[in-house]
Amino acid sequence: MERDGERIEITISSRFENIELVQVIAEHLCENAGMDEDGSHWIGMAVREAVANAIKHGNKLDVKKKVNATFELNGHDLSITISDEGTGFDPEKVSDPLNPQNLMKTSGRGIFYMRTFMDQIRYSFVAGSGTSLVMTKNLAKGTGIASGKA
Amino acid sequence: MKATTRDVNGIAIIKVDGKITIGAGDQQLRDVIANANSKKILLDLSGVTTIDSSGIGELVGSYTTVTNNHGKLKLLHLPAKLNELLHVTQLITVFEVYENEQEALDSF
Repeated sequence: MERDGERIEITISSRFENIELVQVIAEHLCENAGMDEDGSHWIGMAVREAVANAIKHGNKLDVKKKVNATFELNGHDLSITISDEGTGFDPEKVSDPLNPQNLMKTSGRGIFYMRTFMDQIRYSFVAGSGTSLVMTKNLAKGTGIASGKA
Repeated sequence: MKATTRDVNGIAIIKVDGKITIGAGDQQLRDVIANANSKKILLDLSGVTTIDSSGIGELVGSYTTVTNNHGKLKLLHLPAKLNELLHVTQLITVFEVYENEQEALDSF
């Protein structure tokens, strides 16, 4: 882990047991920035979902492939970038879990939770360089659920 | 994840403790429910410390499996954060949720 002022970066191998490492960093960073326990938890959960997707769908559980997480805090603005070495996907093709025909599906809620708990999420793909997900949150706005998104 | 099962008048009360997350309990949950010796299952989730979308997916999958086998799966003692996750995904409309064990048992 590398710390440079308000920037923290960590690179993990693609193992599910590493997810919590990244989640804990997110939660501590938010708590240190003055966010309450609930708000920090929901941001940590968005990070958990993003890293899980990077490991499972991006790097396809290949432990030789890495997932990089970067946290940048400027004032109240938190920006989190999760990058993998996968081939990318079309976020528009991810089905809406609230659609009644998808309600009983056993998967497909991870991105929905990220969108719920963060202000904005944006995927970008560069051929040969993997997938990057940037999630942003204004910590002064409060938590995802309580801010009325639900 | 750790699960303990007890039988009360033919109803399997399964108490789940720990994490139900990807790679740490998500598949275990379905196995525990599949191996319960009853079609009437009350899942006590008071001891769940962390759950993610994979864990939520396993709850949904378990519910579908039990229902397809003409059984009933109901939830008891939802932790606040799990309750909120079920609300935002509208799954709270699918599950029968109880805060009182006797009330839950009487509902079967």
